[in-house]
Amino acid sequence: MDILLQQIINGLTTGSVYAVVALGYTMVYGVIQLINFAHGEVVMIGAMVAFAVITSLAGSALPPLAIVLAGVLAAIPACMAIGYSLERVAYRPLRHAPRLAPLITAIGMSIILQHLALLIWGRNPLAFPQIIDNPSFTIGGAAISGVQISIILLSMVMMGGLSWFVYRTRFGIAIRATAENVHVAALMGINANRVIAATFVIGAGLGAVAGVMFGTYYGIAHYTMGFTLGLKAFSAAVLGGIGNLPGAMVGGLLLGLVEALGTGYIGEFTDLCRWPGAGSGAGWMGERCADGGHFVLFGSNYQDVFAFLMLILVLVFRPSGLLGERVSERA
Amino acid sequence: MNHSSEHVPPPPPRGPAVNLQIHYGGIEAVKGISFAVEEGEMVCLIGANGAGKTSTLKALARMIPAQGEIHYGTERIDALPSHELIRKGLALVPEGRGIFARLTVAENLAMGAYHRDDKADIAADLERIHALLPRLRERASQVAGTLSGGEQQMLAIGRALMGRPKLLLLDEPSMGLAPLMVEKVFEVIRAVAAEGMTVLLVEQNAKLALELCSRGYVMESGTITLADNSAALLADPRVRAAYLGE
Repeated sequence: MDILLQQIINGLTTGSVYAVVALGYTMVYGVIQLINFAHGEVVMIGAMVAFAVITSLAGSALPPLAIVLAGVLAAIPACMAIGYSLERVAYRPLRHAPRLAPLITAIGMSIILQHLALLIWGRNPLAFPQIIDNPSFTIGGAAISGVQISIILLSMVMMGGLSWFVYRTRFGIAIRATAENVHVAALMGINANRVIAATFVIGAGLGAVAGVMFGTYYGIAHYTMGFTLGLKAFSAAVLGGIGNLPGAMVGGLLLGLVEALGTGYIGEFTDLCRWPGAGSGAGWMGERCADGGHFVLFGSNYQDVFAFLMLILVLVFRPSGLLGERVSERA
Repeated sequence: MNHSSEHVPPPPPRGPAVNLQIHYGGIEAVKGISFAVEEGEMVCLIGANGAGKTSTLKALARMIPAQGEIHYGTERIDALPSHELIRKGLALVPEGRGIFARLTVAENLAMGAYHRDDKADIAADLERIHALLPRLRERASQVAGTLSGGEQQMLAIGRALMGRPKLLLLDEPSMGLAPLMVEKVFEVIRAVAAEGMTVLLVEQNAKLALELCSRGYVMESGTITLADNSAALLADPRVRAAYLGE
């Protein structure tokens, strides 16, 4: 099996999910310079709602694909409603407050949503019912599953659709105009409140699908799943340049790849027995390394480190992100 | 002299297009001013830097809170949100132009017509604006931030016209432009006014403004100190000493 290609496929799969979630962070940030830290929880709720619908329909006579589709179609409006309510109830009243206030509110909303999910769905991980056959294909010595193909394709379609909407439609251009100058946009007759609400709703809708994809890929949903996923997607948005849509897409995919390749190779690279001179000598090291033994410092359980390592590196060396412009003060 | 009136049939009751009384407390305080602009008229508001001219326009466009009454036509507009004003026919070309630098020229112009749904008329207006400002046609697909200052000012005016305003508020259109460019911008404003547009021009360059407009108000530290027709103001020794450098 080709490990490199396999990790690239895995990386593209998780990266696609990160990218779609990152779009939700970056759209909202682009318009009101707020990090909606509750976005990860919206994604989690999407997975949970889909789980509830899919398990309740799993025994029915409906075709499996229709059941999954029903789960997705239930998750989208549920998440959109939450996204809209978040903006309306939690952030709009703080629109003109110091920037720390909505940030703290975002963390508060995140905790509330998590515990709401805890009350409804309990504290145990929920296994996504595997009702669809998941065929595996082999390309170039690596395996790619039907679910992986679906996730990558669906993400591409959503990213393409969002780009079309934001760059080609009148309302999309109005979103970008508002992101650039909310006061002048108002002079054009653009209702800023409507634009801001729309970015929350669109981001939440994308997040809902991402949540279902993530749950299906790993086979489980849990009330805390939004936290790490959200932080990683946020890192992806920062990596690409927060506020920048293509940046979120590139950042998400790149983060997924780095994470998958890092996880795939970290064991090999930190295996002291493979370091020159380390395993050949006498003593307990030599004994341990004899006959193809291993002494691995960091294993694949360090998976979550890579996203945050990337975040730190970006913040230190290129705070505006890969595609971000240098931040200039607005007049 | 005033041949513009030939193009506009006088509306039955020629009430004030805009009549405003505001108080605005802030760093740049407006202490309570009152002025009126009639329909089809071209009026300027001149004064030194910091006199409160821009605050006055911003208050008029509901971009900053102000106490007092703003009458527009037969309506009071001082309680309307900013984004409703263009639907009433009131457009502001803001100080510093306020173009959307990351959007293309064509997208900027499209945003000017954001509140409109009459596609055919929008296309016709775009054609008209391209004829008036040919540079905008040449640069249609260019990102607006890459335009020169003069071109950006033209874009800002063109964008405002795309909204089919009845009253055009212009805030310091000459600011930061080379003299030749200033002339071109003022030519465009003159052409727009000749079609019957009501214009309120805020300008530091008093001579240019008074030569263009029929009436003027002089603003000093937040209040209006003089109001007269342009010829009289241009001849007024106080204006000549303070604003015309004579």
